[in-house]
Amino acid sequence: MKEALRIFAALLVAGAVIFWAAAGANRGWTKTHIPIKTVDAVTGLEGIQWQAKFVPGVDFLGAVLLAAGVLAGISLFVPLKSRSKPPQIETKP
Amino acid sequence: MKTKLAILALIGVTGIALAAPQAFDFKDPKGINNAGFKLDAPLEAINGNASGVSGTVTFDPANPGATKGKIIVATGSLMLPNPMQRTHMLSDKWLDAAKYPEISFESKEFKNVQTAGDTTTADVTGTFTLKGVSKDLTVPVKLTFLKDKLGDRLPNQKGDLLVIRASFSIQRGDFNINPGQYEDKVANTIELNLSIAGASPK
Repeated sequence: MKEALRIFAALLVAGAVIFWAAAGANRGWTKTHIPIKTVDAVTGLEGIQWQAKFVPGVDFLGAVLLAAGVLAGISLFVPLKSRSKPPQIETKP
Repeated sequence: MKTKLAILALIGVTGIALAAPQAFDFKDPKGINNAGFKLDAPLEAINGNASGVSGTVTFDPANPGATKGKIIVATGSLMLPNPMQRTHMLSDKWLDAAKYPEISFESKEFKNVQTAGDTTTADVTGTFTLKGVSKDLTVPVKLTFLKDKLGDRLPNQKGDLLVIRASFSIQRGDFNINPGQYEDKVANTIELNLSIAGASPK
């Protein structure tokens, strides 16, 4: 249990960093919409259309690191798995 | 004699009609019209825009300096990429969109009017209203009159287009948006960019 929590915390951090990097390594805030620029051919005006897209930011990384830290912290209070007693060798005096 | 008078009257009426100012409606069915805004902040600039633009401008191609009108932006249409920031921005702690649903600019006077071809630049003095506070501002604008171009933009319609571009900045504290507060988190200066086109169907 103790090890499982720590492995899960490490996987959580690794997964979040890979996801954040793959999504463009956004060093700003997390975005749920991104602006798409469109140009009107007649007027030459630049319009903005908002497209729904999740782009994780540093706050996302921070939240995942916090969650992983809590899991790792909990693991400190989980007792080690009790091992089965080793076979006792009777010794004759 | 009567015929000559009638012809002269007709020419006069036609001339007046041709010189008459045109009303341009800025509710854009194509959804291109937008007002952008930008505020500096520590991690990244707060960069968004508003698409709910409406209003009417009266423009006379023969006398651009006489242009008058009012442009309105729906406060609820202000958009940001981060949903939490948008919720805070529209809440009663910042813009209070529920109580103040409109941001507007109403022109009073055009100065330094310069026209070259179909483009006019001018400094427009008008009343800017935000969060219920109205202040007079002078804003540099660029007007482009596109004669008979409405049909190119909206098929089956005939008429003219008027494109307005303006960039200026305001201080949020002047409009009762947390004056003197949180300036380490959100800059006091708001940069605004208006890119809109109005239609005058015939």
